[in-house]
Amino acid sequence: MRTSDVTAHPAGAAGSAGRERVGETRGPRMSGRRATARRTPLILLVPACVAAVLALLPLGYLAVRALERGPRYAWDIVAGERTLQLLGRSLGLTAVVVAACLVIGVSLAWLTVRADLPGARAWSVLATLPLAVPSYVAAFVWLAAVPEIAGFTGAALALTLVGFPYVHLPVAAALRGIDPAQEEAARSLGHGPLRTFLRVTLPQLRPAAAGGALLVALYTLSDFGAVSLLRYDTFTRAIHTSYSASFDRTPAAALSVVLVVMTVALVAAESRTRGRAGHARTGTGTARPAARVPLGRWRAPALAWCAAVTATAVVFPLVTLGYWLAIGTSATWDPGALARTAGVTLGVAAAGAALTTVLALPVGVVAARYQGRGARLLEQAAYAGHALPGITVALSLVFFAVRYVYPLYQQLPLLLCAYAVLFLPLVVAATRAAVLQAPPVLEDVARSLGRSPLRVLREVTVPLAAPGVASGAALTFVVCMKELPATLLLRPTGMDTLATRLWTETGAGSFAAAAPYAAALILLAAVPSYLLGRHRT
Amino acid sequence: MRRPLSGRITALVAAGLLVPALAACGADDGKGSSAKGGDSTLVIYSGRNEKLVKPILDKLEKAVGAKVEVRYGDSAELAAQILEEGDRTKAGLFLSQDAGALGALSQEGRLAKLPQSSLDAVDPAYRGGAGDWVGLSGRVRVIAYNPDKVGDGEVPDSIHDAVKPRWKGKVGFAPTNASFQAFVTGMRVLEGDEATRQWLEGLSANGKSYANNLAALDAVESGEVSLGLINHYYWYERVAEKGEDKVGAKLHFLPGKDPGALINVAGVGILKDGDQAETAQKAVDHLLSEEAQTYFADTTKEYPLAAGVTSSVEDLPPFDSLESPDIDLGKLDSLQETLAMLQDVGLV
Repeated sequence: MRTSDVTAHPAGAAGSAGRERVGETRGPRMSGRRATARRTPLILLVPACVAAVLALLPLGYLAVRALERGPRYAWDIVAGERTLQLLGRSLGLTAVVVAACLVIGVSLAWLTVRADLPGARAWSVLATLPLAVPSYVAAFVWLAAVPEIAGFTGAALALTLVGFPYVHLPVAAALRGIDPAQEEAARSLGHGPLRTFLRVTLPQLRPAAAGGALLVALYTLSDFGAVSLLRYDTFTRAIHTSYSASFDRTPAAALSVVLVVMTVALVAAESRTRGRAGHARTGTGTARPAARVPLGRWRAPALAWCAAVTATAVVFPLVTLGYWLAIGTSATWDPGALARTAGVTLGVAAAGAALTTVLALPVGVVAARYQGRGARLLEQAAYAGHALPGITVALSLVFFAVRYVYPLYQQLPLLLCAYAVLFLPLVVAATRAAVLQAPPVLEDVARSLGRSPLRVLREVTVPLAAPGVASGAALTFVVCMKELPATLLLRPTGMDTLATRLWTETGAGSFAAAAPYAAALILLAAVPSYLLGRHRT
Repeated sequence: MRRPLSGRITALVAAGLLVPALAACGADDGKGSSAKGGDSTLVIYSGRNEKLVKPILDKLEKAVGAKVEVRYGDSAELAAQILEEGDRTKAGLFLSQDAGALGALSQEGRLAKLPQSSLDAVDPAYRGGAGDWVGLSGRVRVIAYNPDKVGDGEVPDSIHDAVKPRWKGKVGFAPTNASFQAFVTGMRVLEGDEATRQWLEGLSANGKSYANNLAALDAVESGEVSLGLINHYYWYERVAEKGEDKVGAKLHFLPGKDPGALINVAGVGILKDGDQAETAQKAVDHLLSEEAQTYFADTTKEYPLAAGVTSSVEDLPPFDSLESPDIDLGKLDSLQETLAMLQDVGLV
């Protein structure tokens, strides 16, 4: 059965707080009912466990490698002074990038959704386009233009400019879905606009902002391209150098374990701050779009802010690529090769996004609907691979494939599995948020009418959450297109993606020859990014 | 309320279907699907950039009479991959851009011994001590300089001069680059750990580090630094790309067997476990042939190491005129100690 009211604004927001908060699960009565009466159905549990096991494979590999030469040796590396130093550097960079992404992401989301900003829709789309820019391209264009920027400043800048859409997207979606009734009530009680925003709106945005911030944090911790080009030493860079310079895989594995521990701590911290609040609204009332706040004399500064962000994050890389295309004698246009590579890239990214979505869906539903330690562990397991450098995930899959599924080795399915391990959290987070916004009462009703768990999932939960899941899938599609280190190691021999071509061309120093591939990558990735920006507008 | 049994069965069946369905996702890919296939196919893992070696590897198919599949990557990452693959590696031949990665595979016993004829094609200085790899082309460490900043006579003749106060803030280098690390390892072998550590501390105080040799060369060209410690062919590649009049930097080859003039090699080794030994051997023979050696000389601007071929590149000093230090490249495998030292000094 369907409730037209709910499907009319599906997955409307991470904060659609109507007067009747049916989805509220914080109350003792409700959570008590959930913990005892509702067990996770096998139809969800089994595939969710498959996903978790896949995501935990790199961890198993790291344990084997780290302990290869005895726990003492591994401990000496982990407890070394350098580890502490790297920890400080990685966390410092992450804190700055997350803070900057929150400021940019939330401000742009509010301006484009809730203020009378001229061209709000266009700015909203422009704010998602940096998703299409690989971090190594962003780092490179800045390094080429301002060499002194190398180090912390450059790394923070490049990662912020490619990372803020991870905050902007969910926060904008949440803002669109918030029922203005509460804000109006606050205003009628004499609160000013700022106070209303801080006291009423912002708390409702917290889950969306925290989820986005977590993705930015994990992105920063796992990024290798930007920190490597900009020469800022973090865990990923140290792990990579360790692999490359010594061929002794133990130090790299031990450092990777520390990185995983950091991830788990971050995920746990985020799940603590967001609480377990549900955000579904149902009933007869309809959420109206909120009236846009007049900017008045702030209009010009607001426009300047949007323009500055767009110019540095989107226009600047494209102009620099244009410059590369224009100069240099090695710019040999081979449209055939470019088209072939683009086709392969699209196919592989689509397959990667599909597999990731199939695996993430049950985890996301379980995380949203079922409480308890098991559900939390499943969700956290899904995040395990996300902070690891691509090379570590790739080598772990090499390790397992060579030993246990040799026929798959250097075949496409293994590469797709790597994408799934690396990007599961993107779809898990999107699914979880979308399912939370769908009123669980509908599932209860369906169940009480005798529907099986599979039918409830297929006919109620998935359709309700579909737009949110789709946006997670689109995001995964974009990041698969940009992925480099795992693709290099796991692709079938002879296969090329735009990212690997780009790497090959810049490796030989022909930036002009690399430019067409970089431009094609950005333009193709811009399409789903654009759709993400238009999503639910 | 318990779920009926049929629901659980459906769940299990669905889970069972999931895995093969996933596997089927990529099954339509035709390329690269040939399994480790004896001598009918030769699989080469190439740590050398595709742009540089594809033309020569394309010709290998005819020379060895088998299908050739090339997997391009970073030398160190491919070596790590081969170590991870162990005896089930698909690689028959490993083409490395430096001696270090070959040394690591040799140490782990992954390489097959080469016939004396292959080894003899190359000067003993440029092949593996265990006779299981051989150098194909030579690459020299040089100092690039910006003539607007430094007079021709002022360029240091020794790497030790680069850490003197005169060059404070004016030396560019790439500490994560394999060639730089190989050169530091060479310095350790030649002059001992203590002297090397002191030199690195001086460099750390004097220099600016860059992501790679090209970035260091760019910095020299732009005048950001006056000197750059790089490999010789980057300059020649840049000249080939832009034209000599547009390249602002010049090269200085160090005299007097200075450690800064180390010659490293790009080389090749046959994988013991790759089951392609016969074809791989033919490939090695071809890569040491006059045709291939001429290619390295003309196209990648390196020094050919075999078959009596000399470089035809203008301005490139003759190989035998180089005053490089006497060092056993097989001893460059203590890379890990070099890395530890670079970390201690704070360069990587």
